[in-house]
Amino acid sequence: MPVLARWIEAAGIPTVVVTMMPAVAEDRRAPRIVGVEFPFGHAFGMPGDKPMQRRVLGLALQVLAGSGAFGTRVDLDIEWPVPLRDAYKAWQPKDASPIVRKLLASLPPRT
Amino acid sequence: MIVDSFRFLPRSFRPIYEGHGPFPGEEAPVWAPFAKRLASSRIALLTSAGMYLKSSQASFDLEREQNNPEWGDPSWRSIPANANATDIGVAHLHINSSDIKADPEIALPARLLDQFVSEGVVGSATAEHLSVMGYQHRSLEGWRNETLPELVATLRDQQADGLILAPA
Repeated sequence: MPVLARWIEAAGIPTVVVTMMPAVAEDRRAPRIVGVEFPFGHAFGMPGDKPMQRRVLGLALQVLAGSGAFGTRVDLDIEWPVPLRDAYKAWQPKDASPIVRKLLASLPPRT
Repeated sequence: MIVDSFRFLPRSFRPIYEGHGPFPGEEAPVWAPFAKRLASSRIALLTSAGMYLKSSQASFDLEREQNNPEWGDPSWRSIPANANATDIGVAHLHINSSDIKADPEIALPARLLDQFVSEGVVGSATAEHLSVMGYQHRSLEGWRNETLPELVATLRDQQADGLILAPA
């Protein structure tokens, strides 16, 4: 996604990436970054939580329109309101993705 | 406060993402200044959650990914800003999509963006937003060669002044 943002930016359209892995977006040289400490699949927050979603989108608009230079990153200070162990399980698919299944199948059996 | 980028990632996945630096050829800064006032600008959204319209669009091709785990569907869908939440499907094998299906705004906040427009914070929103399926694994060629030119043409057609991208 950071690369897609770079390509679109290079075509002349300003971009901001809202991401749960802002360190990776920085590594990949995204032009503008908003970091959120949310589980995957929840870039704009909790389902049904309009005030939380509003804070994320509001910050994204501010960073998109108001950043002074390439590589601007602003992290949003909101703690995910679900215990880590539950949230960690909840975002993952019920069945492992095909690539994860393939990688697991390639591991040597545990002894 | 600095976000922990790996808080929700299984520990064994961390080396896949951490510390790799830019992709080859993607080291240099790219910068399009946001010149206008936000209140007179048109904003578009892009999600990589694999969203599509159940009533009128094909799903992303998950069957091929099941058969070839290192392939991800590089195509894209146009999602109308006023799409009905009940018409939105999510095709993505790497996340539990039940929360997005319950409230698509957590991936593509089109209604919330409209609210910022009605409050005068944002000038307008594009009539169509963009959806891709974010699992592209090793090859970005499909995105680069096929999808990107179409996304850029669509954004230009819709006179977007800026784009907010959010991965799933």
